[in-house]
Amino acid sequence: VTVVPPPSAPEPGLPGDLAATPVLGRWLDFSADGVVTVATGKVEYGQGVWTALAQIAAEELDVRLARVRVAPVSTATSPDEGTTSGSKSIEDSGAALRQACAQARRAVLAAAAERLGADPAALGVRDGEIVTASGGTGLSYWSLGAPGLAMAAGPPAEAKPAGRWSVAGRSAPRIDIPDKVAGRPRFLHDLALPGMLFGRVVRPPAAAAGLQAVGRADLPAGVIDVVTDGSFLGVVAETDAAARVAARRLGQAARWTVRESLPDEDDLRSFLLGEPAETSVIARRRDTAAAARATRTLTAEFSRPFLAHASMAPSCAIAQVQDAAVTVWTHSQGIFALHRALAAGLGLEPRHLVVRHAEGAGAYGHNGADDAALDAVLLARAPACRGRPVRVMWSREDEMSWAPLGSAMLARLSAGLDPGGRIQSWRQDVWSNGFLGRPGTGGEPRLLALAHLAGGQPMSAAPDGAAVPTIGSVRNSLPGYDIPDVEVTRHRLLTMPIRTSSLRSLGAFLNVFAIESFMDELAAAAGADPVAFRLAHLADPRSRRVIEQAAEMAEWSVRRGPDAGLGIGFARYKGTSGYCAAVAEVEAGTEVRLRRLWLAVDVGRVINPDGVINQAEGGAVQSASWVLRERVRFDRAAITSVSWDSYPILRFTEVPDVAVRVVAAPGEPETGAGEVAQGPVAGAIGNAVAAALGVRVRDLPLTRDQIIRAIEAG
Amino acid sequence: VTEPPVTEPPVTEPAAQPVRLTVNGQAHEVRAGPELTLLDVLRGDLGLAGPRFGCGAGLCGACFVLLDGQPRPACELPAAAAAGRDVVTVEGLAPGDGLHPVQQAFIDEQAAQCGYCTTGLVISAVALLRACPAPTPAQVREALKPNLCRCGAHGRVVRAVLKAAAAEPE
Repeated sequence: VTVVPPPSAPEPGLPGDLAATPVLGRWLDFSADGVVTVATGKVEYGQGVWTALAQIAAEELDVRLARVRVAPVSTATSPDEGTTSGSKSIEDSGAALRQACAQARRAVLAAAAERLGADPAALGVRDGEIVTASGGTGLSYWSLGAPGLAMAAGPPAEAKPAGRWSVAGRSAPRIDIPDKVAGRPRFLHDLALPGMLFGRVVRPPAAAAGLQAVGRADLPAGVIDVVTDGSFLGVVAETDAAARVAARRLGQAARWTVRESLPDEDDLRSFLLGEPAETSVIARRRDTAAAARATRTLTAEFSRPFLAHASMAPSCAIAQVQDAAVTVWTHSQGIFALHRALAAGLGLEPRHLVVRHAEGAGAYGHNGADDAALDAVLLARAPACRGRPVRVMWSREDEMSWAPLGSAMLARLSAGLDPGGRIQSWRQDVWSNGFLGRPGTGGEPRLLALAHLAGGQPMSAAPDGAAVPTIGSVRNSLPGYDIPDVEVTRHRLLTMPIRTSSLRSLGAFLNVFAIESFMDELAAAAGADPVAFRLAHLADPRSRRVIEQAAEMAEWSVRRGPDAGLGIGFARYKGTSGYCAAVAEVEAGTEVRLRRLWLAVDVGRVINPDGVINQAEGGAVQSASWVLRERVRFDRAAITSVSWDSYPILRFTEVPDVAVRVVAAPGEPETGAGEVAQGPVAGAIGNAVAAALGVRVRDLPLTRDQIIRAIEAG
Repeated sequence: VTEPPVTEPPVTEPAAQPVRLTVNGQAHEVRAGPELTLLDVLRGDLGLAGPRFGCGAGLCGACFVLLDGQPRPACELPAAAAAGRDVVTVEGLAPGDGLHPVQQAFIDEQAAQCGYCTTGLVISAVALLRACPAPTPAQVREALKPNLCRCGAHGRVVRAVLKAAAAEPE
């Protein structure tokens, strides 16, 4: 495709990502016969987004889904669509791709009409063939030389109305699942490049530690090089096994200075409230007359510990350094930002660096993928590697302790009820480390090993975004209920003894847990049923509908057994995205057993219903695991929950049955589904535990110890 | 003050010993020192991508293979300890490029998100159905307890295993 320079100003009315990358040929091409290759800047990590994007393209182009291939994402070729995060891929990339395909189709039909001397309106497309009412024309997407693809997007083309969809809107099987079930190479971890070497990094034994001496280590055969730079210590070998053994022995031999820099794990409240913080008002809606009507004020504090991504695969990356040219293979969610961060952090010429994506295991935010990419470059540039690619894989232990974590948080809520049981005022204060620690945020590369290199600077405390309730630790801190007098305040910690960044749903998990727990406490104070109390504070019909449907699914009014209880939780994700209501049923004996979850979700117009259900189910189970089990453990020097024994997650015998109903909203814009369940499920479980035990547990996780502590606190 | 790093000349390992393995019905001979795991051999020497590295401690199930018919972690088993035993990876469950009924059921039920744990789950499920062709949901969950899934596809996986059991009891 010959690329024509885009006009200086994009056509008005185009989706944002298409306006930013307007040349149509950057989004799709017909160069392989019978195949449509679509390019997206969004990456697949098990959420099924490539299937949904392929469905959108197939629908708009009138081809069978099997004809659509999704191109691997690379900084060299793919449209820069930022990070694959925030449940925005369908919203952003879907809209851009749909419009690009609609315009490509329009251009092809115009060229075909000219060739045939026909009216474009009389032409259609059937599985890629150009047809008229009387049949085929002998022309197709593949025979016309891709007219229009070299051009920038023109005036918006009308996309196909959903009422005429035959590929989108249906539960197409995921395009990536057959490879994964068969065990065919598909993950970055499976990539075997010619001449590839294997690297490992020996991390310091503590969060704050300096390498004093490498010491004497007996290294196995096959070791190519030991790389040291400041406190960065790594090894490259001919095989993964040799690299692993060498790294372990180097770790045993190395001598470090260690400083105790971590807070007291058993008193995170003092840590969160005591550290210097930047305080900002996030939302303020004042109604002093309403506030004055409140006659009773309730106050409570809710907290969560640090949480780990705990991905099934350790982070992995490959780098190849050949003279000035650097190629990186990564499973990062943000290859474009990683490209900029690597270039800035290592002083590389950006045009000599290519970052290519390959799938990793499920990612739930900013994990160690980006850091592993830097590790790989640091090892691959060693002269002894002689330009061969070097694959770095982290150990399980490093994955659990050196990948960024989701911050511990404290939320203090206070609300005023009037004599009629209506909430008139609400205050919410949130203390947390920042959630926006991805590479490049705030102009800082923010890659782990940069701080360990000679002369490296410690990473600054993670940013948390603008002072709005849609992002960062204060995502969903503004209750979605109809309350006249509201103020929300954020306290972002300015120190970061434990490195934090984005983890699925950011602050929404704790904020919604807090708000929904507190709503039940307020309902009890008002003598109201929790579902009725919520509905009484919600005029928005879509919000009401998911709550009503979840309650109906769970048969809310039917009482459970003596030690069992039901609880409900609700939120509209970010306050602007998908709606979810969840009901949990728990049985509370010596341990809390979560039996069932019912979810009603409304994510607007749906591309792949089973994809939405899969995402909501997975979000629900992961949230349940956070609520019931998870807590990063540490002493004053280092993270100690470095294995699946010390960082347990829910197992098959412990996960609840999950039922998801997708509430139809065909006229509403598409939103993501991957994060809608996190907060509502947490609220539902907390409320179900309170219903079953008669005890309100406000500190996560809801383990036996925490429940006993709550009982003792009265 | 940091003293300069000291690197001594490395000491070479004792020579690796030849080990004979039977993997997916085929005999192989590899050279294995004491630190080499079965997973190293399967992925590194034999190029099998199905068994996956997850934790290196046998705690997550991603690397499970059938060892004499039993699901076992390959990540911590010395390769030499597998000598003379029958090793089956996910690639060897069905002849050629075909799929085992359990694998087909995983596709039918779309029983995965990221899919990194999937091959290990398939191994555990196949072993279960050989021992217990018509399991209850509780038996399926118990059999899959050694396998972790971080994405939350558990319900679909249990459904897939029950479907495979109903479709084609072994």
